[in-house]
Amino acid sequence: MSTKKLRRAGEYVIEKLLTVSGAVTGLTMLTITVFLFKEGAGLFRSPSVEKGYALYVHAENPVERLSVNEIKGIFDGEITVWNALSSDYPHAEIVPYRIEDIFQRYSESELGEDYALLPDKLAEVIRETSGIIAFLPQQYAPTGMTGVKTLPSQDIRPADFFGGTSWMPTATPAPLFGVLPLILGTLFVSIVAILIALPLGLSVAIFLSELAGTRTRKWMKPAIELLAGIPSVVYGFFGLVVLVPLVQRAFALPVGETAFTGSLILAIMALPTIITVAEDAMRNTPRELREASLALGAGHWQTIRKVIIPYASSGISAAVVLGIGRAIGETMAVLMVTGNAAVMPHSLFESVRTIPATIAAELGEAPAGGAHYQALFVLGCVLFLLTLLISVSAEWMAGKQSSKIL
Amino acid sequence: MIEAKDIDFYYGSFHALKHINMRIAAQSVTALIGPSGCGKSTFLRLFNRMNDLIPEARLTGKCLVGGEDIYGAHVQVDDLRRRIGMVFQRPNPFPKSIFENVAYGLRVNGMGDRRFIADRVEESLRAAALWEEVKDKLKKSALALSGGQQQRLCIARALAVQPTVLLMDEPASALDPISTMKIEDLIFHLRSTYTIVIVTHNMQQASRVSDHTGFFMLGELVEYSETRKMFTNPEKTETQNYITGRFG
Ligand SMILES: Nc1ncnc2c1ncn2[C@@H]1O[C@H](COP(=O)(O)OP(=O)(O)OP(=O)(O)O)[C@@H](O)[C@H]1O
Ligand SMILES: [Mg+2]
Repeated sequence: MSTKKLRRAGEYVIEKLLTVSGAVTGLTMLTITVFLFKEGAGLFRSPSVEKGYALYVHAENPVERLSVNEIKGIFDGEITVWNALSSDYPHAEIVPYRIEDIFQRYSESELGEDYALLPDKLAEVIRETSGIIAFLPQQYAPTGMTGVKTLPSQDIRPADFFGGTSWMPTATPAPLFGVLPLILGTLFVSIVAILIALPLGLSVAIFLSELAGTRTRKWMKPAIELLAGIPSVVYGFFGLVVLVPLVQRAFALPVGETAFTGSLILAIMALPTIITVAEDAMRNTPRELREASLALGAGHWQTIRKVIIPYASSGISAAVVLGIGRAIGETMAVLMVTGNAAVMPHSLFESVRTIPATIAAELGEAPAGGAHYQALFVLGCVLFLLTLLISVSAEWMAGKQSSKIL
Repeated sequence: MIEAKDIDFYYGSFHALKHINMRIAAQSVTALIGPSGCGKSTFLRLFNRMNDLIPEARLTGKCLVGGEDIYGAHVQVDDLRRRIGMVFQRPNPFPKSIFENVAYGLRVNGMGDRRFIADRVEESLRAAALWEEVKDKLKKSALALSGGQQQRLCIARALAVQPTVLLMDEPASALDPISTMKIEDLIFHLRSTYTIVIVTHNMQQASRVSDHTGFFMLGELVEYSETRKMFTNPEKTETQNYITGRFG
């Protein structure tokens, strides 16, 4: 009687422990997601111009607002006259002006103790130069002085973020956070990786599960499982030393660090996971079903195609999701072999930069809480959504596949 | 019709069938009985070459079906298996629709067009006494059927490819009495068209459905004769003991 009670109590405790661990895991996942989105959310509320700075123009200049690309064009010297921006603007040369330019006119002593006279002097410069656009720290700026107009600060727009084609997070005066090249880079690298890895992985899985002899399988399966455990830096190293020169020579390229090289290394890394998961799924097909098929006169291949693969389809889709997940999220190896140029990719044989590589490379140098930092978190969210989308659609396709056989 | 000549069969070093000689008449029902592990399934599976799937299995002797050595070099195993149908102990429908289960064998053997397949599916389901129960839900999953219905579906599936022989390995052992009775009825009706070999643990079943009975023990065919004779006046004491339930 009492031992029974004791056992019941023990079972109760274990039950509760399991519930708690489930809840804790769920909560942790939720917290991570919320954290990601919360950190990133501030981005679209930060000014598009560098923090603590503002843009100033001559009071009579009709210009009201400038986009980040226009600001960049002006300070890079690509846009040189005002009416190039809009026909309403004067036909006057643009004079970009930065705080350090003041020393061409005044010596440090003329600016007074603690640069007390600096705002006045800057206002003077602005009043004298009708085409000026000055990028100045607000601390010394001639805000509100006669003859000076402050361009209203604008928030970073989602359209510039998601539609922008340049990623220059440290550009001044206005950093460019266009994620298209990164998203495209990620998609290029992972899609090609999957296109290589899936057919190859599924073929090997079919071979191992259906065709290979017991002895072959006995050493091949653990060997492949072992490959899945190799740290990605090691793969990256292999890629750098072997694949990069190989790709460069094979395609006669100026450099071997390309999107394609990244795809290759990713495919190699995703293969073991795809193979083991898919193989397990196929081997789990009940013997009764195989025998039923064979007993009706179906050949080995017909049985594989019509019974085993449909039966294993949910396991195979898990393999696909895991493989793609690895490909999209993989950071280190890709960082090492793709060259990391954050420019719009036009072909597979150009250097690209992926989202994870960007986060890994830049998070350390982005000041916490700044726009750059937040932009990296938004990138994290984009990555998260991308993976989610792929998992959901793979799940959906597997569902369709198995409902087709039902 | 079916003939086993000097059969010896080994799983690795285990001698599972010992020197078996047996002739099975066409268009009759032959029951194989015997204690568990005596080699009934092994023997049955020789005739559609299901044992080929087992690594390290070895066979000596000859298996003839309709005079043809089915282990001969020129034999197409797929084709042989189409001609010799099998029904397994546990119902094993594919996780597909009822229709597709029956059509499967026709499709993999490249038999006929849509019309032909549809007709044959209906015909087979009728032959398996299942048509009335499933005609309105052919597109539904076969897994939603009851165990007895699933087993009759498996029989229909086997009949669809028009075999000449039906091998049945304890086809009713996983079923309730009513379903078992339906299967027995079915066997009774099929006997005029097919050569049926059925393994069973149920003595009553063997005596009800079969014309001849073979009694196996420890890999040997102890006694083989007309069912009526076997159950009323067996020659061997082992047989006597087994069928009266004194051992086994
Ligand atoms: N794949 C196999 N590998 C090795 N030994 C096997 C294998 N299949 C069966 N055996 C052995 O061969 C013997 C005969 O097996 P079999 O399945 O033919 O018996 P059975 O008469 O059908 O028994 P049951 O009535 O329990 O189904 C048994 O001793 C069994 O352990
Ligand atoms: Mg058996």
